[in-house]
Amino acid sequence: MSEMTLVEAVNLALARALADDPEVVIFGEDVGVNGGVFRATDGLQARFGAERVFDTPLAETLIAGMAVGMAAQGLRPVAEIQFMGFIYSTIDHLLNHAARLRNRTRGRLSCPLVLRAPYGGGIHAPEHHSESTEALFAHIPGLRVVIPSSPARAYGLLLAAIRDPDPVVFLEPKRIYRAVREEVDDDGTALPLDHVFTVRDGSDVTLLGWGAMLQVALTAANQLAEEGIEAEVLDVATLKPFDTATLLESVARTGRCVIVHEAAQTGGFGAEIAALLAEHGLLTLLAPVRRVTGYDTVMPLYRLEDHYLPSTAAVVAAIRETLEYA
Amino acid sequence: MDDHDVGGDSARLRYLDHEGAIVKPLPGALANRDLLIRLYRAMTLTRTFDAKIIALQRTGQIGTYASTLGQEAIGVGLGSAMRREDLLLPAYRDTAAQLLRGVTLCEQLLYWGGDERGSDFAGPREDFPICVPVGSQYCHAVGVATAFQLRHQPRVAVVTGGDGSTSKGDFYEALNLAGAWRLPVVFVINNNGWAISVPLERQSGTTTLADKAKAGGFPGVRVDGNDVIAVHAVVGEALDRARAGDGPTLVEALSYRLGDHTTADDAGRYRDPDEVSRHWAEDPLVRLRNYLVTGHGWRKDDEESLLEECSATIEAAVAEYQAIPPAAPEAMFEHLYETLPLALVAQRDDLARRLRR
Repeated sequence: MSEMTLVEAVNLALARALADDPEVVIFGEDVGVNGGVFRATDGLQARFGAERVFDTPLAETLIAGMAVGMAAQGLRPVAEIQFMGFIYSTIDHLLNHAARLRNRTRGRLSCPLVLRAPYGGGIHAPEHHSESTEALFAHIPGLRVVIPSSPARAYGLLLAAIRDPDPVVFLEPKRIYRAVREEVDDDGTALPLDHVFTVRDGSDVTLLGWGAMLQVALTAANQLAEEGIEAEVLDVATLKPFDTATLLESVARTGRCVIVHEAAQTGGFGAEIAALLAEHGLLTLLAPVRRVTGYDTVMPLYRLEDHYLPSTAAVVAAIRETLEYA
Repeated sequence: MDDHDVGGDSARLRYLDHEGAIVKPLPGALANRDLLIRLYRAMTLTRTFDAKIIALQRTGQIGTYASTLGQEAIGVGLGSAMRREDLLLPAYRDTAAQLLRGVTLCEQLLYWGGDERGSDFAGPREDFPICVPVGSQYCHAVGVATAFQLRHQPRVAVVTGGDGSTSKGDFYEALNLAGAWRLPVVFVINNNGWAISVPLERQSGTTTLADKAKAGGFPGVRVDGNDVIAVHAVVGEALDRARAGDGPTLVEALSYRLGDHTTADDAGRYRDPDEVSRHWAEDPLVRLRNYLVTGHGWRKDDEESLLEECSATIEAAVAEYQAIPPAAPEAMFEHLYETLPLALVAQRDDLARRLRR
């Protein structure tokens, strides 16, 4: 057991997966000698060799497409897309191929690949490096979309993603790659996918977030606790398939729900959560569901990004509003 | 002279001319009556099957289909050159190649008839299903070839596509990797002159499509795609090279799309009928038949019994296909994930409830 950052936990999970399963291979741009631009694969090529951890040409479409071919052959490809801003050309391979290969061959072929990418804002990165477009992937049948929000969950969820027999898009909140430290036990234990984690108990309001926004949610919850308002904080972790039961169970107790995501509001995953509540939990609600999200604008360059990203104050204000309903 | 022969470079490997006369001595292994008859039988079966599927489509008994008419020699040539342990990643005009790989007629009917079970091949279990989004298959093929290389397996990935697919980024990204890593992969381009309605000269600035291999740093060769012997020989050499660790080859097989793009297309809107008529003179079946008649004593009754046998095989497959009822509607949930997630159980149960009503 040792304390580490989220990106170190990613590295630890990758190393564990490479050690445990000879079919696991890691590739992408600069993941070899350089260890990845965020050092997520640091030291892995030296330890496991260039046949297990290797650099590809600078070609994202190819990276996703070759992962499909390798996965269909029974390898466990874990491919890195350097930034989420460069992931869009992979969508043909994810949507048309990875996510439907099992279905279209009636289980004859499958596609157990993991596509990792750092995502989200908050680190003053260049243009195209700060967006949160997880909802695009959550719309694709046959995919899993997983987002860790702490070092321990990064370790356990990444191991689960690599061991999963189906394709997983694994998005890493780069804003908290090094901002949070946590004890991680390298015991090879995977966390469950398709599971919403309750990270803070509370009875007054249900507060959902994922990725870097979970820290914002927790800070807001701790702030309100000083006034005796107890928020139950849920880490969504797997957006697709979504764990509706945990959401409904929590809201049935609290009667209030606030959803936080840094992605743009319209068509964001918060809309799906709100719709599920409207369909299955409307009569347990005491107040309207509130979303605290990025604006429906182009993500601004970094001098303005703090005005775009949901703040603790905005989350606190949204919770207070829901509490105004008796 | 081929109308679509960009730049006028018609240098290509050919053993038989349009009339079926030998223009170059056959390699020893191909001067074999049994093999040639096997190739001729496969081309005849493909053409007869193709006509049957179109007839079924015209009478509403099957969905949209992409005909291989006039291009049978490409699929038969490459399919017959491959080893069982090799892997085919087909485009959607590969009826012949799939037949040679052991995909059954019934499976192909099921696929074009709108049933996923048609891609659950009983024979070539590792072959990819048909790739409809043009060009994606090239990236999958270099992934498969990477797996072969990492595992030190003497296997080759063979990927097919049309001339139009060479306009895609996926094609170039795959060529680039294949060359950089000397992957065991063979790219076979069916240059039939037309990408639906767009002729090749509007698609490519290179003199030949084989030239595209230069971007990958490996050989590109041109072959007469209507000469099954030449296709078999060229693909066979490319497979040997790849298997020996000498890297990829791009094969440009020159042919012509005698039919419409698919049954949903009407090529009369954009193509001169005289051009089509001229290309009938290059029919790959006639060519090999003439050679078999003059060189191997192929007789009229041999031809008639072959046609009868093909028709009987096809009729049996159509009967088999038509006897298979549609899958249960819940089947759409069955292979989405290995284990259906809880989030989808409710949707499947909802469908089941609607069905019971």
